[in-house]
Amino acid sequence: MADLFDGYPEGVAWDEMIEPGHAVRAPYQHVHRTMGHLNADELRVRADALARSYLAQGVTFDVGGEERPFPLDSVPRVIDAQEWDVLAPGISQRVRALEALLADAYGPQQAIADGVLPRSLIVSSAHFARAARGIDPPNGVRVHVGGIDVIRDSAGGWRVLEDNVRVPSGVSYVLSNRRAMAQSFPELFARMRIRPVADYPRRLLHALHAAAPTGVDEPVVVVLTPGVYNSAYFEHSLLARLMGVELVEGRDLFCAGGKVYMRTTEGRRRVDVIYRRVDDDFIDPVVFRPDSLLGCPGLLGAARAGTVTIANAVGNGVADDKLTYTYVPDLIRYYLGEEPILSNVDTWRLEDPDSLTEVLDRLEELVVKPVDGSGGKGIIIGPAASRDELDQARSRLRADPRGWIAQPVVQLSTVPTLAGDALRPRHVDLRPFAVNDGDDVWVLPGGLTRVALAEGQLVVNSSQGGGSKDTWVLGDARRATRAPVPPDGPVADGEEPVRAGVQQDANPTDTKMREQNQQQQQDRSGAAPEPPTRRFPLRRTSC
Amino acid sequence: MLSRIAESLFWIGRYVERADDTARILDAHLQYLLEDPYLEEDAACRGLLAVMGAAPPPEEAAATRATVLDVLAYDRNAPGSIAGAIAAARENARRAREVLSSELWECLNTTWNTLPSRIGSSSPHEYFSWVRERAAIVGGITDAATRRDETLQFLLLGRSIERADMTARLVTSRTLAGGNGPGWMTLLRSCGAHEAFLRTYRGRDSETLAAEFLLLDRLFPRSVLFSLEQAERCLSKLAPIDGRGLREEDARKVLGRVRSRLEYQPLLSLLGSLTEEMVAVQEGCLDASDAIRLRYFPSSVSDDWIGDRL
Repeated sequence: MADLFDGYPEGVAWDEMIEPGHAVRAPYQHVHRTMGHLNADELRVRADALARSYLAQGVTFDVGGEERPFPLDSVPRVIDAQEWDVLAPGISQRVRALEALLADAYGPQQAIADGVLPRSLIVSSAHFARAARGIDPPNGVRVHVGGIDVIRDSAGGWRVLEDNVRVPSGVSYVLSNRRAMAQSFPELFARMRIRPVADYPRRLLHALHAAAPTGVDEPVVVVLTPGVYNSAYFEHSLLARLMGVELVEGRDLFCAGGKVYMRTTEGRRRVDVIYRRVDDDFIDPVVFRPDSLLGCPGLLGAARAGTVTIANAVGNGVADDKLTYTYVPDLIRYYLGEEPILSNVDTWRLEDPDSLTEVLDRLEELVVKPVDGSGGKGIIIGPAASRDELDQARSRLRADPRGWIAQPVVQLSTVPTLAGDALRPRHVDLRPFAVNDGDDVWVLPGGLTRVALAEGQLVVNSSQGGGSKDTWVLGDARRATRAPVPPDGPVADGEEPVRAGVQQDANPTDTKMREQNQQQQQDRSGAAPEPPTRRFPLRRTSC
Repeated sequence: MLSRIAESLFWIGRYVERADDTARILDAHLQYLLEDPYLEEDAACRGLLAVMGAAPPPEEAAATRATVLDVLAYDRNAPGSIAGAIAAARENARRAREVLSSELWECLNTTWNTLPSRIGSSSPHEYFSWVRERAAIVGGITDAATRRDETLQFLLLGRSIERADMTARLVTSRTLAGGNGPGWMTLLRSCGAHEAFLRTYRGRDSETLAAEFLLLDRLFPRSVLFSLEQAERCLSKLAPIDGRGLREEDARKVLGRVRSRLEYQPLLSLLGSLTEEMVAVQEGCLDASDAIRLRYFPSSVSDDWIGDRL
C-alpha cells in the first residue's frame, strides 16, 4: 500500500505541513498521522462523501449561471495558537485603522490636513461616495464585517495581501466546511483542540443589533441580497437562516416618509438594520445607477436621516482601494499610535515617477493590479504575460498611474492536497473575518483558506478551479476555548494587542491574482428573477 | 412573512403536488393504453394532453405514448410536466431557503439533483413511483418538521388548491375519447383510494359510488371536496374572518362557491354534466389562486421613483 505522502516534493515554497527534510511541523502531527494511515481509496471515499453532502445541501457557487458544488479538500490547514494570537490582533488592528480612516475620510479629513495621506488619494478613489459624506453611523461603525486577505511567503512570514471592507464573502464556506469536516474526520476533532467557528452568526447579529438607529430597542435586521443569480447567494441565505432574520431582495423593500419597510403578508414592516450584500453602485437607484433593480430607491436618504443603518456602510471602498492599502501601516501609526503587527506585501505606487520608471523597466518580473478591481479583473502577471500584453500594460500604466499598483511575484505557501492518488503541495491563501460591534473587533478563529487545485497554480479563486480547506486554529492549552462567550462581554480569543512586529524581518514579496468572490456586476444579476410560473391556460376538453 | 417568500412557499406546495398527481394520472393512463388493444392511441393521447392543459402536436403528427411522456413527464422547461414541476419547486425552494427547514430544502434539492433525464421506454412506471415517493417524503418532512405558522399554511394552501384542480382533471380524464377512458376503479387505484373505497362501501362496486368518493368524500384527502375545505381552512388561519364577513374578492369566497356547487347538487345531476362541473372546479382554483396573489403577494413597482425625481 503506497503511502499518500510518497514522493511528496520539497517545493520552492514554504510548506505548511512538511519541513524541508520531511519532518512534520508540530501543529500537523495528528493530521499527518491520520492521513498517513489512510490509503488513497479511503481518503477518496471520504472526499466523495464530502462532495455528496455539499451537493445535497446545495453548498454551491455560481459560475456563469451554472451552480457548482464548492470543492472542499479533505486535508485541513492548521494554525497553532501562538501564531494565531499574533495574526488575530494584527487583523483586528488593521480593521480599527480602516474604521478610523473611513470616519476621517467622510468627516473632517484630518489625515489629509496633517499630510499623512494625499488629498488626491481619497477624492480620486473610484469608491469614494460623496453621497455618503455626513452620514454618521449610529455606533460609529462602518466596517461591520471585514475580510483581510493574508498569505504566508516563502520565508514563512505572514503578510497582508489586501483588505476587503465592502462586502467580503466566503464566511459561509468556513461554517459549512467545518461541519462537513467534523462529520468526515471525527477522530481528529476528538484528539485536537480546534477552536470552534459556529459562533460567527451570533457575533454578526450582535454587531448588527448594536448598530441599530438610536432609540430602537428591538431592531429588525435583514440581509439584503441581489438574488438567486448572485454567485454568493448561498452565503446570503445561510447567514439569514443562521441569524434567524429575513433575507430580502431590493423589491421586497420600499421607503416611505424617510423610513424603510419590507412587504409582508401582514402589510408593511419597519426595517432598522440592513446587512447588505449588494454593491454601492446598485444599492440605491436614486443616488447611484438609476437602472438598478437590485437596490431600493431612497435607502441612502433613510440612512442619512438616521432611520436605518446600512452595514457595511456605503462608500467603504475607499478603504480597500489598493492604493490606500499602501498607506495602511502609516495609518495604523497615525490613528492608533501603534506599530503595525502585520506587514504589507512590498508595493510600488506608480504616481511617483521614479517608481513608475522602475516598474516599467521590470514589468516582466512583477505583478500589476488595478486599484479598484475586484474578482482578479485586469491583473497582469509579468512572468506569464506575452510581449504584446506587457507593451499594452506599459501604455496603460503610463496613461493612468493612479489606477495601478505593482508588486513582486512570490510563491504562496503550500499545504498537502489530494491530487489523484497522492497528496501534493498546492498553494493557499487565507481570509480571516473580523466583526466590529463598536466596542470590540472580534476575529473568527480561522477563516477561509482557498487552495489552487492545479499544480504550481498561484491563482486560488474558485472560478479558476480553486477549492477550499477547513482552517483549524488550535486552542491554547491555557484556557478553555469552548466556553461560551457572553453576547455583550469581552471577547476571549486572542484579542490582546501584540505590538511586536514579528514579521518585519521576513523577506518582502508576494503577489497573486485573485478574484474577490464578491458580487454583482455580472450582467445576469441586473435582471429581476422571473416570478414563479403559472400553469398552462385552462383548456376545455371536447367531450 | 415576506410576501415574496410566501409566494414561493405557495408554489412549492403546488409544484410538488403537481408532480405527484401528474405521475399518478400518467401512470393510470399509460397502463390503460397498453391494456386495451382496441383503443385509438392518437385520440386518447390528444385527449390526455388537453386535460392536462398541454398543447397537442400538430394534426399531421401522431400523438403517441412517447409524445405524452415527452411533454408531461420529461420536459424540464415546462412547468406542467413532472420534471418541470420538480425543477420549479426546487427553484422556489432556493428562493425561500432561509425559511424552509434544511431537511425540506435538501429533500427538494436532492430530488432535483437526482431527477433522471429520461427513463427507458420500458419503465415509465418506475419513474412515476419514484416521483410519488419523493413527493411523499416532501409531505412527510413538511408535516413533521414545519412549524404550524404561516410557512405551513402557505405550503398547504398551494398543495390543496393544486390537488383539487388535479383531482378534477383526473376525473375529467375518465370521459376521454368518448367515454373510453380508464374506469373509475383505475382512477381510484391511481390515487391510492381503492382500498379505502372498498372498505367505506363494504365491497359494493358501483361507478356512481366511486365518483362520489373521488368528488365528495369528506374523509379522503385526495377528494375534491376535502382539498377545497383544506384550502379554506388554511385561508382562515392566515386571516380570520372579521365581523363584517368576507369581501367579494376573498379567495375563501371563490372556493366556497365551488365547494357548495359540488356539495349541494344532486349526485346524478353532477355526474350528468361531469366535464362542465370539473372545468368549473379548475376555473375556481385559478380564480382563487389569483385572489391569493393579489391579497398576499402584491409585487412591487420598481421604478415609480423616477417620476418623482424628474
